[in-house]
Amino acid sequence: MLRLPRFSYLRPASVAEAVAMLADHGDRSSVIAGGTDLLPKMKRRQVQPTVLVGIAHLEALSHRETTASGAVEIGASRTLTSVLKDAELAHHQPGYAQAAGLVSSPALRNTGTVGGNLCVDTRCNYYDMSEEWRTASGSCLKTGGELCRLAPSSPRCWAISSSDTAPIAVALGATAVVAGPEGEREVPVASLYRDDGNAHLALGRGEILTRLRLPAPDGWRSSYVKLRRRSSMDFPLAGAAVALKIDRGVVEGCRLVLGAVASQPVELSDLVHGLVGQPLDEEAIEEVASGASRLAKPLDNADLSYVWRKRMVKEIVARAFRQAATSEVAAVP
Amino acid sequence: MSTSREWVGRRLGTVPGGGEDGDGAFQVVGKAMPRVDAVSKVTGATVYADDLSFPGTLHCVLLRSPLPHARIRCIDVQEAAGLPDVVAVLTGAAMPTRFGVSPSSEEEQALAADKVRYVGEPVAAVAARDEATAREACKMIQVDYELLEPVTSIDQALEVPMDEPIHAASKDGNVHRLASLEFGDVDEGFAASDHVREDVFFYEGSNHLAMEEHSATAIFSDGQLTVWSSTQSPHSVHRALSSVLGLPMRRVRVVATPHGGGFGGKVDPCSHEIVVAKLAMITGRPVKCTLTREEVFYNHRGRHPVLMWVRTGVTQDGRIRAMHFRTALDGGAHASLGAATTYYTGALQPATYDLPAYRFEGCRVFTNKAPCGPKRGHGTPQPRFALELHLDKLAEDLGMDPVELRRRNYVRPNSRTVNGLRITSCAIEKVTDEVLAASGFSRRERRDGHGQGFAVSAYLCGAGTPMYLNRMPHSEVSLKVDRGGVTVFCGATDIGQGSDTVLATLVAEELGLERGDVRLVTGDTGLTPVDLGSYSSRVTFMAGNAAIEAARKMRATLVAAAAEHSGSRPAEMTVAGGKIGPLSFEQAVAAAEERYGTLGSVGSYAPPPSISASKYRGSAVGPSPAFSYSAAVVDLDADRVSGEVRVNKVWIAHDIGRALNPVLVRGQVEGGVYMGLGEALMEAQAYRNGLLHHPSVLEYKTPLSSDMPEIEQLLVEQPDPEGPYGAKEVGQGPLLPVVPAVVSAIHDALGVWVDEVPVTPEKILRALDAHAKGSDPRTGPRSFPEIPYPPCEKVALPDAASATL
Ligand SMILES: Cc1cc2nc3c(=O)[nH]c(=O)nc-3n(C[C@H](O)[C@H](O)[C@H](O)COP(=O)(O)OP(=O)(O)OC[C@H]3O[C@@H](n4cnc5c(N)ncnc54)[C@H](O)[C@@H]3O)c2cc1C
Ligand code: SF4
Repeated sequence: MLRLPRFSYLRPASVAEAVAMLADHGDRSSVIAGGTDLLPKMKRRQVQPTVLVGIAHLEALSHRETTASGAVEIGASRTLTSVLKDAELAHHQPGYAQAAGLVSSPALRNTGTVGGNLCVDTRCNYYDMSEEWRTASGSCLKTGGELCRLAPSSPRCWAISSSDTAPIAVALGATAVVAGPEGEREVPVASLYRDDGNAHLALGRGEILTRLRLPAPDGWRSSYVKLRRRSSMDFPLAGAAVALKIDRGVVEGCRLVLGAVASQPVELSDLVHGLVGQPLDEEAIEEVASGASRLAKPLDNADLSYVWRKRMVKEIVARAFRQAATSEVAAVP
Repeated sequence: MSTSREWVGRRLGTVPGGGEDGDGAFQVVGKAMPRVDAVSKVTGATVYADDLSFPGTLHCVLLRSPLPHARIRCIDVQEAAGLPDVVAVLTGAAMPTRFGVSPSSEEEQALAADKVRYVGEPVAAVAARDEATAREACKMIQVDYELLEPVTSIDQALEVPMDEPIHAASKDGNVHRLASLEFGDVDEGFAASDHVREDVFFYEGSNHLAMEEHSATAIFSDGQLTVWSSTQSPHSVHRALSSVLGLPMRRVRVVATPHGGGFGGKVDPCSHEIVVAKLAMITGRPVKCTLTREEVFYNHRGRHPVLMWVRTGVTQDGRIRAMHFRTALDGGAHASLGAATTYYTGALQPATYDLPAYRFEGCRVFTNKAPCGPKRGHGTPQPRFALELHLDKLAEDLGMDPVELRRRNYVRPNSRTVNGLRITSCAIEKVTDEVLAASGFSRRERRDGHGQGFAVSAYLCGAGTPMYLNRMPHSEVSLKVDRGGVTVFCGATDIGQGSDTVLATLVAEELGLERGDVRLVTGDTGLTPVDLGSYSSRVTFMAGNAAIEAARKMRATLVAAAAEHSGSRPAEMTVAGGKIGPLSFEQAVAAAEERYGTLGSVGSYAPPPSISASKYRGSAVGPSPAFSYSAAVVDLDADRVSGEVRVNKVWIAHDIGRALNPVLVRGQVEGGVYMGLGEALMEAQAYRNGLLHHPSVLEYKTPLSSDMPEIEQLLVEQPDPEGPYGAKEVGQGPLLPVVPAVVSAIHDALGVWVDEVPVTPEKILRALDAHAKGSDPRTGPRSFPEIPYPPCEKVALPDAASATL
């Protein structure tokens, strides 16, 4: 069995204390929520924090609230399972609930959190391997080496954004509340991410994501379709998140975000721009889906071939549009 | 045929109460009951190899090669040895003796000393007070390597090596083994055929993926060595330890611990088993080593990737006149059982279909990859896949129903195959009928993307020849009865298949007891008589027969004593319900013990010589005391747009002879179907730049429970004349037809052939794309390489006398 390295575990009493602890310990420390992403990575020595600051127990991070306007706020440390059991949420934000339900397996969803899922590390099959394997293959940019094993001439890391909930959160226009040494700030989820596999999060040192805020449905429908090899457990090979507002058959607003085809969720606003003001028929869906597939640039660092993954982007985008178009529109409370 | 041993199977004669007159006559045989160890397994009480812990145990970690092919110039262990809490560091120099599971290819060293041949090959070992320290110390060992060009494919292995061959002894580049056999006149057969067809297929390698990683602990005390290991063959480990460590067999004891699965991955003696033993001898302390999942992928011994070419001539009415079958196996870096595997890729074609003339050419090459070896079905799933699809295509050529084509060529019960195999009981027709009837194959629904596929297969009930040549029994049982009750001693190893339950069932049946009354001591070379191991589906058949023989002798003793005690005639005594005649079992034992002291009886089993009629190079592979037959129909939907496949249902009929316990049988069938689906659709021990692509259970894809379709099992019970109570094997056979049936169903659904497993969505789309462009609607290998097979050894057909059995 791969064993965990030695580390100390700190249990802050508040978000502020957690932030202070992270500031204290700097680079040696890491936030741990459910640990379903972090701990396996530590076993493989991909990351080696010596101090873990636990946040799963913090009351302030497990709240759940629907505001008067109909926006839903979810504490970052709520489990994905609690999201699935949340009937109101499933009704208002079916796309988000769908995505949460497609993460890994029931056991991992019981432990994995909303915040952890948004922050989950990028993946690459040259990287998500044991220390021994990486010694045999040689290190890469993401493990302190000189070059990218996948694309040796590339100056950057292409590890894949692999969160299932990030694309839909971006599509829904969700915002994230972040606590840090300078206090709290609220940012669009989209701006949490950077197109760099080696530094995919735009969070400052010591910053903690405390809440996810999903805006009121306000007539928007949503859907998330995930491409994966098996019926459970597997990370996305591609994901398509669609948010759609249709009035009497005509598109009033539309957002399409792809997951797992780049180092961050990829919003294709130009592509869907033309849909607005048009009826959403099969022809329009096909055209957008083909366009998405053309724009998606998966690389050879995940399961199955990247040619097939690229081709399948068309299918999942079309499926997501069809699903969103036929989903119910939540009544504003 | 002369042999000093009487043939046990025959000696046992007909089974009492057996045959066709129903199960009513049996007390425990044939009853659906949980395994005897079910409660301890499900409550976690079972002590597996890694659960063992002795006071003062040192932990061992192996340093493995990061390079696929390199010479070892020198190994510097000084720094590692100086680390506090490190007790010993070991390198290959300390164990120069080479070993291997098969005596024909003893070329492995417990730790590589001169060169490394694959990434993951063990080169040094550290024993330390704890695992973390041992791991740390491994990193401090400096190995100076001289790089050699790696060989990573069959094609490359057939070329002249760039630097040097992987093994100095190999001929023709990196060829490990060549086989060329001809039975009957193949050229004449082709000449007499109305239609001849050729196809090329590829079957990817795969790992066993047993849930339990390998683990071993050794203790050396008072001049005796004891090793506890999760091995499938304590006997093989016993032999290897004795030879490498220079200890007489009588000073070595190997105990097979309860298993979390083997599937062939724990048949070979392994590096870590020998290393912990050596370290225990050096340090005088218990030493333990448990492999990580990644190390299990390196230790491997899994399914060989095999490229296959087959050519068959048939008459207009679908009778096969001749078949020519070629295989090329990518063996990885070591021999393992690969010589046998090579012959297995050719041996069983004639055990399913009556081939009047058959030529087989096989070739195994060495490559710089983890060593392949035996995996469930050992060398036969690959040719089965090729053969069944090839017959589907032949049927299409002839415009004939694929099942009908097969039926016209099925082997017959009580016949002799062209390669000399003895076929006795054979329910191939019946399993076909059952699976067709249940699935409605011939009336199947026709809608785009939906399909069904049919395939049939044969498998051995135990290899007829031991791995090393000898005339001793393959399995022995001794039975002890006294005031403490009944204890069965047998070397058979329960690797999860339930062999302990089978032994308890058979002995309980014979002695009129309940299974729980029988104490079992198994898989312990120090306490039990020999059994060759849990491989080739041999245990129920061989150990089962040995147990019956021992139990019947004991029963006769008890009956005689009880009869004398009660003044009745032995013939009048019934043995049932814990009673022997009018006496309770305990009273009968007391009566016998008064006369004889401790009661002991022994039984043993060796296959009858008549199982094989021809002698030729490789003739040890194939003969078996019985063959089981399986047929499957797979129902699936395949998506034209995505290439994704969803298996809806699998019907599988299996020729079990007699289900000694239907619960165990069904478990094995289900596991076989599962593994077959995995190999058909997902599993691949794949490499990239000489490195295993994904040695982890998340990245190495195997079906999840949520991917499994419904399985409908049809057990066909036609008792075998020599099997224990008529039983035959079930551990391996049911996997075989599943793989070709999946691919056949995909063809049925979409009209394209994917002549290569695993079938990925992309392979399906490539075939569909080719179809759309008007080219050959197929994905698969294009050609078969030029291989320097020697001239065929022409084997005379079995003579008329042996042909009549
Ligand atoms: C076998 C397996 C399969 C998986 N499959 C999927 C899948 O299909 N889809 C998918 O999306 N994920 C998958 N995951 C990844 C992971 O389980 C989930 O993403 C999960 O939701 C992560 O949540 P967590 O709370 O366990 O995160 P943790 O492991 O605790 O944290 C993950 C990362 O985020 C950081 N972090 C956590 N919380 C915060 C916070 N509030 N603020 C700032 N940083 C934070 C941590 O420091 C860490 O770097 C899988 C993991 C495994 C082991
Ligand atoms: S994309 Fe390149 S740099 Fe990034 S993890 Fe993969 S191999 Fe390393």
